[in-house]
Amino acid sequence: MRLLLHRVIFVIFLIILWQGIFALNIWPDFLLPSPLSVGKTLIEGFKDGTFIIALGASFRRILLGYTITIIFGSLLGILIASNKIIDGIVGPFILALQSVPSVVWLPLALLWFPLGEAAIIFVVVLGGTWNMVINTITGIKNVQPVLIKAARTMGANKIQLFWKVILPDSVPHLITGMRLSWAFSWRALMAGELIGTGTGLGQILMWGRDMGNMSMVIAIMLLIGIIGCLTDNLIFKKLEEEVFARWGLNTQ
Amino acid sequence: MKIVVAKNVYKSFPQKSGHNLVVLKDINLTINKGEFVTLIGPSGCGKSTMLNIIAGLILPDKGRVLVNGKKVTSPGKDRVMVFQEGALFPWLTVLDNVMFGLKTNNIDNQTAYKRALEQLKAVHLHKFKDAYPHQLSGGMKQRVAIARALVMNPQILLMDEPFGALDEQTRLILHRELLEIWLKTRKTIVFVTHNIREAVKLSDRVIVFGIHPGRILKEFKISIPHPRPRGNQHLIKIENQILKILQQEVEKHMKIMGGKFGK
Ligand SMILES: Nc1ncnc2c1ncn2[C@@H]1O[C@H](COP(=O)(O)OP(=O)(O)OP(=O)(O)O)[C@@H](O)[C@H]1O
Ligand SMILES: [Mg+2]
Repeated sequence: MRLLLHRVIFVIFLIILWQGIFALNIWPDFLLPSPLSVGKTLIEGFKDGTFIIALGASFRRILLGYTITIIFGSLLGILIASNKIIDGIVGPFILALQSVPSVVWLPLALLWFPLGEAAIIFVVVLGGTWNMVINTITGIKNVQPVLIKAARTMGANKIQLFWKVILPDSVPHLITGMRLSWAFSWRALMAGELIGTGTGLGQILMWGRDMGNMSMVIAIMLLIGIIGCLTDNLIFKKLEEEVFARWGLNTQ
Repeated sequence: MKIVVAKNVYKSFPQKSGHNLVVLKDINLTINKGEFVTLIGPSGCGKSTMLNIIAGLILPDKGRVLVNGKKVTSPGKDRVMVFQEGALFPWLTVLDNVMFGLKTNNIDNQTAYKRALEQLKAVHLHKFKDAYPHQLSGGMKQRVAIARALVMNPQILLMDEPFGALDEQTRLILHRELLEIWLKTRKTIVFVTHNIREAVKLSDRVIVFGIHPGRILKEFKISIPHPRPRGNQHLIKIENQILKILQQEVEKHMKIMGGKFGK
């Protein structure tokens, strides 16, 4: 509770600071809007439905892209981890791909998928997949050998070993992978929307810029940050904590 | 009656340095049905490797192990292993851990549940059936591990330093419980330990291993009935003999290592 209070005080401090800089009139109002005008834009955006439509469009994209990311990423990870030869050949390339921001694929993707929608989802998938692959591989490789031995002496066959030992023992890594992939996908989505077409949050942000409406730009920036933070704290952190506790691993 | 026979078992492992480390050389041993046999020896002498070979988890390079006259080529339900750290599945409850082997062998849920609960009662842990492994103490974990092995009703129980990580008091309690189980079920137990007193206290026979290469140095038969009184002169004499052999072995090994470093 105390921490929460301190955080609220910190936010109030930031707003006052912002208001102070605004009052100094270093930049004209249309370049640096006041907190009040951004707040108004936020409320109006929700009232007239613009932000709701934008959120809907963005969420549709990320849910679709993220689902593909998790399924495709974990399957690919399982495939790579279960075969030493494939792992040796492909492993380093996965790491290389992970270090490429996925939005750089967008120009190509827009040519391959003339519908902007598919191109953006493609970028979202590329944004999160490699991380999911890497975490799945780590999880499977780090299964405790003694658990496999124990299961084998109790008569578990290869299929049972996979489903009843290897996969469950990798779950903490898989959850961490899912959490990080969500963050990567979310970033990829925003980057994609800034460039691509449609009605998502990123596009409204760009539209605000083109209109010279910096209140709109900042309002959307705040929304993007808040949503990223909320999903991480309310969904993924909770899930991770629960799994880690159940698996007997200490968080941190 | 013989149940385990090892004939000229030889096993080496390739090391990172490139050369092959001979871990077991010409191991010949026979274990009788219902016998409690302990393998003891310096760290790295191949005790775990030998146990894994009997379990069928590792295959020997040369030689073979027969169980009930049949060559061991893979793990089998007649031989179940208990490990030092318990090796419980952290995501399963105590009960589900004990049911694991029954379920993988397609025993129906109801029967598995009944047998698992019964086995947990035998190790006094039925009240903890819904707990998760991380909520248990070291001694409780080992009891679950023993229950998980026994519920499969194996002929042979393979135990790799099962009490190695426990404090002295807990260890003594588990000694008593294991002996009770053993006297009641008369399972064949192959036990690995570092602890000379533990070996002499529990076993019918102690097999002392030497190192580099791992080989059998000597065997001691101990026929004093259980419960064996602490401080029994005969037991102490055997303890001292084993201690002496192991000390000599370690010293010899240190000299060889010293020679290597001297160069
Ligand atoms: N899979 C493996 N690959 C390479 N070397 C191995 C492997 N398994 C065991 N060894 C080596 O073989 C030797 C014997 O191992 P083992 O685990 O059987 O010894 P141990 O007698 O059980 O020792 P400890 O008392 O420390 O448990 C050790 O030097 C170990 O490093
Ligand atoms: Mg060992």
